[in-house]
Amino acid sequence: MQSTLFHRAAVGLISLMISGWTVASDWTERSDHNLRPGVTAVSQEVYDLHTTILWIVTIIGLLVFGLILISMIRHRRSRHPNPATFHENVFLEVLWTVIPFVILIAMAVPATRVLIELDDSSDAELTVKVTGHRWKWEYEYLTYADDNNIGVSFMSNIATPPEQINNPVLAGGLFPYGTAQDAVGNEFPEKGANYNLEVDSPLVLPSGQKVRFLITSADVIHSFWVPDFGGKKDAIPGFVNETWAKVPEGKEGTYYGQCAELCGKNHAFMPIEAKVVSQAEFADWLAQKKEEAAAAPDLTPFADLDEAMELGQQTYAGNCAVCHGNNGEGGVGLPFAGSDFATKKEHLEEHIHVLVEGRGAMPAFAAQLSPRQIASVITYERNAWGNETGDLIQPEDVYEQE
Amino acid sequence: MSTAAAAHDDHHHHAPTGLKRWLFSTNHKDIGTLYLWFSFIMFLVGGLLAMVIRTELLEPGMQFVDPEFFNQMTTVHGLAMVFGAVMPGFVGFANWMIPLMIGAPDMALPRMNNWSFWILPFAFLILLSSVFMSAFGAGHPSAPNFGWTFYAPLSTEYGPASTDLFILSVHMMGISSIMGAINVIVTVFNLRAPGMTLMKMPLFVWTWLITAFLLIAVMPVLAGAVTMMLTDRHFGTSFFSAAGGGDPVLFQHVFWFFGHPEVYIMILPAFGIVSSIIPTFARKQLFGYASMVYATASIALLSFVVWAHHMFTVGMPLAGTLFFMYMTMLISVPTGVKVFNWVATMWRGSMTFELPMKWAIAFVILFTCGGLSGLMLAITPVDFQYHDTYFVVAHFHYVLVTGAVFSMFAAAYYWLPKWSGVMPNKLLGELHFWSSLLSVNLLFFPMHFVGLAGMPRRYADYALQFADYNFWISIGGFWFGLSQLFFLAVCLLCAMKKGEKAAARPWDGAEGLEWEVPSPAPFHTFETPPVVK
Repeated sequence: MQSTLFHRAAVGLISLMISGWTVASDWTERSDHNLRPGVTAVSQEVYDLHTTILWIVTIIGLLVFGLILISMIRHRRSRHPNPATFHENVFLEVLWTVIPFVILIAMAVPATRVLIELDDSSDAELTVKVTGHRWKWEYEYLTYADDNNIGVSFMSNIATPPEQINNPVLAGGLFPYGTAQDAVGNEFPEKGANYNLEVDSPLVLPSGQKVRFLITSADVIHSFWVPDFGGKKDAIPGFVNETWAKVPEGKEGTYYGQCAELCGKNHAFMPIEAKVVSQAEFADWLAQKKEEAAAAPDLTPFADLDEAMELGQQTYAGNCAVCHGNNGEGGVGLPFAGSDFATKKEHLEEHIHVLVEGRGAMPAFAAQLSPRQIASVITYERNAWGNETGDLIQPEDVYEQE
Repeated sequence: MSTAAAAHDDHHHHAPTGLKRWLFSTNHKDIGTLYLWFSFIMFLVGGLLAMVIRTELLEPGMQFVDPEFFNQMTTVHGLAMVFGAVMPGFVGFANWMIPLMIGAPDMALPRMNNWSFWILPFAFLILLSSVFMSAFGAGHPSAPNFGWTFYAPLSTEYGPASTDLFILSVHMMGISSIMGAINVIVTVFNLRAPGMTLMKMPLFVWTWLITAFLLIAVMPVLAGAVTMMLTDRHFGTSFFSAAGGGDPVLFQHVFWFFGHPEVYIMILPAFGIVSSIIPTFARKQLFGYASMVYATASIALLSFVVWAHHMFTVGMPLAGTLFFMYMTMLISVPTGVKVFNWVATMWRGSMTFELPMKWAIAFVILFTCGGLSGLMLAITPVDFQYHDTYFVVAHFHYVLVTGAVFSMFAAAYYWLPKWSGVMPNKLLGELHFWSSLLSVNLLFFPMHFVGLAGMPRRYADYALQFADYNFWISIGGFWFGLSQLFFLAVCLLCAMKKGEKAAARPWDGAEGLEWEVPSPAPFHTFETPPVVK
């Protein structure tokens, strides 16, 4: 049973009253009210810098507010009926211009040092290209040690099930609720501990080695941010940005991150999950991935419409529903249910083409889905929601276009 | 009253009534009132949109709105508050007070004044119509959904059809702002009473003069940005499209070259207001008048060389990043001078804490909180962590809500007696102040924590460890929103002239020409310029 508002209020109040900030979780060394020290040497330095600056501004703030408070108590009319008449003091004015300046220089020196360190992504042992898509991340392993021809790349989608996310309580037309309307009033499953952070295929990284990320985007601007690695960098179409991380040995584990630049509807639903493993484990994982990538695509034809529809339904839910609606009613993307595009024979060729190559805001899926999946999803779109065209598209038809 | 009547008879002025009075007004007081009501209405509209945001964020999961609609709410909330509430609010104060403060009979360009106001309601009708269509229209066409910063290509190739309404609306707001700014500059330079030298002007006039120059400098840049968007969207250009050889980062440079001075456009007049109120209630002359003027000018100049601190994460070269970090840190020096001057003005004064003073002191303390978190954000390596999280949201709401908006409440309580002739209701005013002060901190302070803990801004849904704070932030939000109804009641009572009659100088420590005319200020004032010694 989904926790109710009142439940949350009670839990919140009690946890604030009794134990400060307590939410059960397994985000490693989770901090609920301060910056995370993180796991890399740089993230620790950033954290230390943050702590120093926070202390400086807190002390300045308390001094200023203390003076205001003293003045409000001692210099109110009932205690201090005759105001002083001074309105200038050159010494004071010079002093409170110079002192802040000196404090600023003291802050700028360590800030510059850390910034220069963060900027140096040279001599990396592993290079991973990170591409932001609406709304998923793509990881492509470019070079590792002496291997410049890895050829491993995959998409990383949010793994939190939609029924945990979509918990509508309002039916009706006040707010456009699109695809989730049919779920109004349902009972929803409990949210998992890594709600909105977990993904289907995590980014796998070796510990003890410097990893360089080359960051770009296929559509709008995203921002790649794993707080434990010490910062974020924007993923911008047409640009390749660089950043790096080196997770020390002994700090293997899973580190979560989120997209940090508004990228449209599902901005909040494209998390990053980085699984840091030992170098031996990483080498095994990479070898296995290379083997999978080298294998020829599976072009086994579908035996019948039902088989294609089953795979198509899964593929549609995982990749298409976010824009085109759970029931093909459209949304950010065009509608399928009853549309000419998905029912008329003359559009079939175009239908396959758009999936493979993309068009405008519609991304190309050739690199993300197998020919079998693309064939199944086109079959599904042309036969579900009353479309009933009977078209059965085979993997071979799609592969020809790729 | 007799003065007003005399003015009419002497000059054969026809005092217009009814709708015509407001539609065709060329009177700075009536236009000021229009601006202020417009600003307050937009504050409530923007607030309602924020309530939708806070309702959805009350607990994890999507309960009330679609993420797409959520994005429209954050976008239009930002636009309504920045361009609808804060900027026209300050123009309203400028209209009412600048002529009264410098001894001028009216603004220098009264017909343009009328036009610059009457553009605004139409600009916002156009913008808000997209929200109505989205909420109630068939098929729910999207309102602008790319954030108030409308970064390309999200707003160009990927923008909804209503982006064009947004572009038109921003153009109209820009025209209105530029005309308002020209009016302020011409008035200040030409209509000062004899003896009112520049260095005798009240600080509110000074800060507005500098603000007006900022407006004229940067509103055309904003117009340029939206025009380039328009041609990218419809006429085949590729200013911001990488695929066509353009540059999405160029958009951010152009936008923030407008956007950062814009931040000071929204805070400099607040400095002027607070610099008027604190000396009145401390019964002591403002400390360091000249340094206040120079600090304001320095802040304005520096505001043109810090814009890229909004975009540290776009991947600028190291040298560029360092330059913008140092310049940004430098801004804290003149800002600090201002805060120290206010404290020194209070020091050894003889203070009482009427409503305007309460708001002004709350402004000094809470604005300083926002300034200090701003200094933290300037430190680039740490900004890589803070950037685009709720820490930033906390920062700019401290400077804009407890800064700009609180200063406007201070100003309203300070000058309402002059405008309406009656004192604002004390009980409602106290309720408004204390209720707002407590709720605003419940609303915005925990945002620092949730941001540091890693919650990105503009998130329709969030991971579970952010849940407790978000619940309390939402409660603070609803409470702060409801608190503003007290102010609505205060304003309505004053508008209906219900309350204690106000003297010409209702605050015993108040100085300045505006207190020389009766309360309420007659329709025409200073037709013969006063002489300032």
